[in-house]
Amino acid sequence: MKISFILNGTETCIDVAPDKRVIDVLREDLCLTGTKEACGSGECGACTVIADGETRLSCLMLAAQLEGRNLVTIEGLGSEKSLHPVQEAFMEHGAVQCGFCTPGMVLSAVALLKKNPGPSREEIRKGISGNLCRCTGYQKIVDAISEAAVKMGRPDK
Amino acid sequence: MSDHLYVGKSIPRTIEIDKVTGRAVYIDDFKRPGMLYGKILYSDYAHARIKSINIAKAEKLPGVRAVLTGRDVPDVRVGFLKDQSVLKKDVVRQFRDEVAAVAAISPDIAREAIDLIEVEYEELPAVFDPVEAMKEGAPLVHETDARGKPLRTNILPLPWRFQAGDIEQGRRESAFTVIDHVSTTWVNQCCMGPSGCIAEFDMNSNLTLYNQTNVIFGDKGRISEYFSQIGLKGKKIRIINPIVGGSFGTKLDTDIYEFICIQLALKTRRPVKILFDREEEFRALPPRQPARFTVEQGCDREGRLTFRKIEAILDNGAYTSWGATTPSVMMMPVSSLYRVPNIYYQATCVYTNNIYCQAMRGYGNPQASFAVETSMDTLAEKAGIDPAEFRMINRNQSGDLTPMRLKITSCGLEECITSVKEKIGWNDKKGKRNGRGVGIASLIHVAGGARVTLSDGHGIMVKVDEDGFVDVLESGTDQGQGSPTVISQIVAESLGVRPEDVSVIFGDTALCLWDAGTHASRHTFMAGNAAIMACEKAKKQILEMAAEYMPRMIKSDFKKMMKKDPEFVEPELDYSLISDPANLDIRDRKIFLKSDPSHPHFNMDINKVLRRGLHVGTGESRVIAAEAFYDPPTETLDRELKGNLSMTYAFGTTGVEVEVDRDTGEVKILQLVAAHDVGKAMNPTLLLGQVYGAVYTGVGYGLTEEMKLEKGKVMNPNFLDYKLLTAMDVIPIKPVIVEPGDEAGPYGAKGVGEPGLVPTAPAIANAIYDAIGVRIKDLPITPEKVLEAIKNSK
Repeated sequence: MKISFILNGTETCIDVAPDKRVIDVLREDLCLTGTKEACGSGECGACTVIADGETRLSCLMLAAQLEGRNLVTIEGLGSEKSLHPVQEAFMEHGAVQCGFCTPGMVLSAVALLKKNPGPSREEIRKGISGNLCRCTGYQKIVDAISEAAVKMGRPDK
Repeated sequence: MSDHLYVGKSIPRTIEIDKVTGRAVYIDDFKRPGMLYGKILYSDYAHARIKSINIAKAEKLPGVRAVLTGRDVPDVRVGFLKDQSVLKKDVVRQFRDEVAAVAAISPDIAREAIDLIEVEYEELPAVFDPVEAMKEGAPLVHETDARGKPLRTNILPLPWRFQAGDIEQGRRESAFTVIDHVSTTWVNQCCMGPSGCIAEFDMNSNLTLYNQTNVIFGDKGRISEYFSQIGLKGKKIRIINPIVGGSFGTKLDTDIYEFICIQLALKTRRPVKILFDREEEFRALPPRQPARFTVEQGCDREGRLTFRKIEAILDNGAYTSWGATTPSVMMMPVSSLYRVPNIYYQATCVYTNNIYCQAMRGYGNPQASFAVETSMDTLAEKAGIDPAEFRMINRNQSGDLTPMRLKITSCGLEECITSVKEKIGWNDKKGKRNGRGVGIASLIHVAGGARVTLSDGHGIMVKVDEDGFVDVLESGTDQGQGSPTVISQIVAESLGVRPEDVSVIFGDTALCLWDAGTHASRHTFMAGNAAIMACEKAKKQILEMAAEYMPRMIKSDFKKMMKKDPEFVEPELDYSLISDPANLDIRDRKIFLKSDPSHPHFNMDINKVLRRGLHVGTGESRVIAAEAFYDPPTETLDRELKGNLSMTYAFGTTGVEVEVDRDTGEVKILQLVAAHDVGKAMNPTLLLGQVYGAVYTGVGYGLTEEMKLEKGKVMNPNFLDYKLLTAMDVIPIKPVIVEPGDEAGPYGAKGVGEPGLVPTAPAIANAIYDAIGVRIKDLPITPEKVLEAIKNSK
């Protein structure tokens, strides 16, 4: 089945089985391996992508659902020249350890800040509550997202 | 010490930019040309005889390249006590037993083929409780040992028994004694990155294994031993580490799937990848093992400990991995947490038909510290002494030689206890029994290596190119702890360059020198010391070059200036000063005169000297390269299980304030103070990351995490039913970093990877007792257990 959508800002058309999981489409057909699979059943958030501004779990999403959407993966964020402020803050604050949850975590944070530019720490915690991390204890991730919110030029509560 | 440019600073992890941009390559992302996908079929029973295996349908499935059973591979025993084979041929002894394996052109086909394999079993009586398993007449998990000698018991032949002083004498000197029964359960390491490897043979049958092990040379050694038994003796093995998505103990031993992957690659002559899914992470990886303790302790009227007697029973599961050796680490808190003159300790590991176990962050320390620190509280209460004061009376101190013969060099325990008391508001909050309470617990852990193998060394190679860039080849594993940053800080500091000039290459047995592994909180300590040694050598080479070239380069600069400007007068300089390398040093990319660092002429950019001195023509060109191997003067345990196995020890104290809801049994952590003697914080931000992460895992251990096994089967193999803490579980952590500096540590640092986890659960349990007067001695402390305990106390 031919599916057309916007991927990281570029119009994309692919021919894949409509019931193929989006995570497999991304990782296998499009070689975008930044999207990680840690549970495959929607419990950990590692495969988070942003579809039309909303975070979605790409392991629970099927290729057919991509039609006409605007999809952002970790590869679509920032560039070599300038990282997204959330990515910058993750490095600055030591919010990354093994890094396996990081792409999903970063995208959840980006989607959160888009909706709520000045989140409280509690709102940040809520925003990333679907993303599991074994390494960091979340503390530095919350610090990083708070800081990114400030850096993005918006008021911090 | 304070004039360090990089050590002790929170240098950001910019070196790991690939992780925030999704470019980091984990085993999941790694592909080799022509690669096949392996999948494993596990047992349907906890204990059964395999009557038949029919692989015909699987073999016929298009896309399948190999199907292996125990009959197709050499019957070679592997594991710590050589008690299992790679694919089980006759008997399965646990649900995770590997019965067959498939290699296919896609993961889906491999999975489909696995479903087509038909196995007929005859169920055998099984045993799931270690105490039951110890009884006479219990079903035997193994009928013979590795040599084929009949076994009569499920008790492992591992005599974990330790004695120091005289327990009876200690009893006589006691004014107060207590006995407690304490237990802990299975917990899963829950690495976010699933386990996996890729095995690939060349046409000479030499193996390259892309593997996540954190002990690359240990892994190589075990595979080499396996090779010698399957007819591949003399074939070469190269282990290459990708970036590792978390380890926490899972990558310490060579797991069975690695041997299976090797067999599939050998059979198909194609690269084969095995990658676990989350269910396999729970069902087919060895978790932290459960333990039951009987703890008896005594103290005199002044509150000084007189004796400690601990007997432990460990549910080993069906086979041995490093789990069976955790009693050696349990011995550390048992014998050496606080000053105790008389010790008796015995640990019995018992085979059952449960999942077999191995290491997890802290090794056996969290289990044993839960036992010791529970007992410390009950004894303090019996003696009528404040629990924090009781610990202060018995605290370890610098200069102590513990009953296990651990030499305590630096020890910040006193400061840890004091700051925890102060920060948590101990004196105002304790003993209220009003639903809110405070609890305290401490830890000791190896922090300067751990000599569990003959070589506890770490080798490093450092080379410097003509641009002043430094490549560091080191055999550690980057499993998330931040070593690429910390090692680059140490190298920058000791060589005189900047962290951004340094690239660290990890984990490749062909490129790197021996290392005993990235475990036991040893990496920064060992690699740091080795890096300093290697950098000293490389620096010497650079300074020799500078002493040779700097005088003539400066003179030639003057000549050029004179040509340009006839008025210029060449200053009269004593060039002999910079002709002696001993007078020179390097800092922040500049070579300078030690006696006069701001000398206007006697300083030069390091890359200027390197460019001039490295490539100079026939017979005189050179390279800057140095290697160093740091193997500390520590001891392996002797026959009495005594010996100073680490250069230094970490100490720490955790204080917790909780609120317990008597109606729901829920425990809320109001604040948690974690004070750690870290020697010296190399990178405070990264260090706190270790503390926060370990504390969270410790809170999970204390309150929520539990692998539920029903007759040997893991019933909650997913994140929905296994309660990992989320960002919504707010633990207000106040870290306290105590930096006494350790003489043996690189820039004074000690290891800090595991400590944060160790005292967390007992501190929570002690706080719950303080809050509601009910003591729960069985982890995790779930709301159900709290309610049950409240009910029973009435």
